[in-house]
Amino acid sequence: MKWIGALLLAGLLLLPPLFAGDFYINLASQILIAAIFALSLNLLVGFGGMTSLGHASYLGVAAYISALLTSRYGFGHAAAAIISISGTVAMAACFGVIALRATGLGFLMITLALSQVLWGLAYRMSNVTNGDNGITGLTRPAPFDLSLDNPVSFYWFALIVATTAFAMMTIFVSSAFGASLKGVRDQPRRMAALGFNPWLIRWITFVYAGFWGGVSGLLFVYYHKYIHPTSLSLTSSAEALLGVIAGGSGTLGGPVVGAALVLLLKNYASAYIERWNMLLGLVFLFIVLVMPTGIVPGFSKLSAALRKDTR
Amino acid sequence: MQFWIIQGLNSLSLGGLLFLLSSGFSLIFGLMRLANLTHGAFFMLGTYFAAVAMRSYDGLNIWVTALGAGIIVAALGGLFERLVLTRLKANPLGQVLVTLGMSFIISDACLMLWGGDSIPVPTPQNLQAPTRLFGFVFPTYRLVLVGCAVVAAVALYILLERTRLGAMIRAGVDDRQMARAVGIPVSNLFTIVFCLGAGIAGAGGVLGGPILSAYPGLDADMLPLALIVVILGGIGSLLGAFIGSFIIGFIYTFGTALFPELAYIILFLPMIFVIAFRPQGLFGRIIT
Repeated sequence: MKWIGALLLAGLLLLPPLFAGDFYINLASQILIAAIFALSLNLLVGFGGMTSLGHASYLGVAAYISALLTSRYGFGHAAAAIISISGTVAMAACFGVIALRATGLGFLMITLALSQVLWGLAYRMSNVTNGDNGITGLTRPAPFDLSLDNPVSFYWFALIVATTAFAMMTIFVSSAFGASLKGVRDQPRRMAALGFNPWLIRWITFVYAGFWGGVSGLLFVYYHKYIHPTSLSLTSSAEALLGVIAGGSGTLGGPVVGAALVLLLKNYASAYIERWNMLLGLVFLFIVLVMPTGIVPGFSKLSAALRKDTR
Repeated sequence: MQFWIIQGLNSLSLGGLLFLLSSGFSLIFGLMRLANLTHGAFFMLGTYFAAVAMRSYDGLNIWVTALGAGIIVAALGGLFERLVLTRLKANPLGQVLVTLGMSFIISDACLMLWGGDSIPVPTPQNLQAPTRLFGFVFPTYRLVLVGCAVVAAVALYILLERTRLGAMIRAGVDDRQMARAVGIPVSNLFTIVFCLGAGIAGAGGVLGGPILSAYPGLDADMLPLALIVVILGGIGSLLGAFIGSFIIGFIYTFGTALFPELAYIILFLPMIFVIAFRPQGLFGRIIT
């Protein structure tokens, strides 16, 4: 059963470049980027019990640093990527120290406030970030002299990064450390009594999630060749959070499914309606009221029930 | 000297405005343990209401407008609380997410109805003339705004500390289960407090209109200010919201005037200090 699923999934991921048109290949690349972003947020929300409403900070800051370094200061893509990821991780380390003074709703409010401040900076510091115009005219990198400019090659690139990210995050949560993280989520006081340091466990997870958020930000700016303050906005954080919750927080597949759904919905909806925010809000209400545990746990429950019946 | 005094007054009036915004947020959080992310949108609704009403009926009194907007927004908040939030009693995260969803819906609806351009709200005619004090010229409306905040603060203080309703709210804040056990209708209190908080935000939006004017994105500008104020002052504390509002009002005004590019960073420095040394905020209590 598991093997069939794995084969199907591999087929789904490997086939698009062979027969689909450019539009669908690009859509698939965007889904992969959104999936990495949602997976990294899920480390906090699902496995750490820390609901962040400021995850767009990491995507946006990594994208902005890379964009500025390559377009304005003449850095190469490799150097810019390393600097932007290290910068994002350093920022996550600082933000983690601040935000993890609180838990629960306090944590949520602090992450939200911090990310809104960054969004405001991106808008207002127009001599650095170009304000509302965003930064245009960016290029894609060419690792090992392979151009990523056509949709198919970019898809392969994104697929390799996304697979690596998925594997690394799976290892992270299924390791002994991941077990202690889940322990801290469910019973922080008991974990502390057992000699674990809940704060440190949360902080390491926060920084690790920031790292993968930054990676998705790099892919994001490579894909779009453009960055705008909206990438740092609350809407951007909320979309990712919606993906995580719609798919099923605390599962590995859920955020991928959720992110794909949110992205597809956004793409198809924007063909018919002018603005996406209203729909995003309505979907939020719907998901929270109707299926609070998400799609993937819902389906696993369903399939478990079916298996019981056939037995 | 002129600069410092004028900016000082601007700080006070922004502080007053922030109090009208954040006191309701703080009140709702204190009783319901709910970070109401719709609060910025409630404020913005008030401002748009003022812009539309006062421009279509020339000379409409701003106090009447504020009262009207307060009632309408409070009613809207009450509906939202009854229809949606009560269903999610056992799911605090879900409650925050629906308030976020609601804020997206409201802000998009405003954009749809009133377009993307900013609509100025006229300053009331009898308050347009500047006031002279100690040889300096002050815009009268800003002085009045500070007065409004003080009146609102005193009224809220009396409501919470000197009335039966206030006593019930305080009991609910301290120990919700015990309050239920002695017969206080806590879930009705939730609705009342949510309406009250939303209403103050709506009325605050009207009063802030002549300074800020109505524009899309006003909610996203105001919400972080409210968050910073309550994190600084202490979540759920009225005094904290009051002091925090004026601190942030000063920092934001002087920051924007002296270091315009860095204003946003300076804004959250006090928050970081407070979180580092006193995580419950200046006047907050540790919530168990």
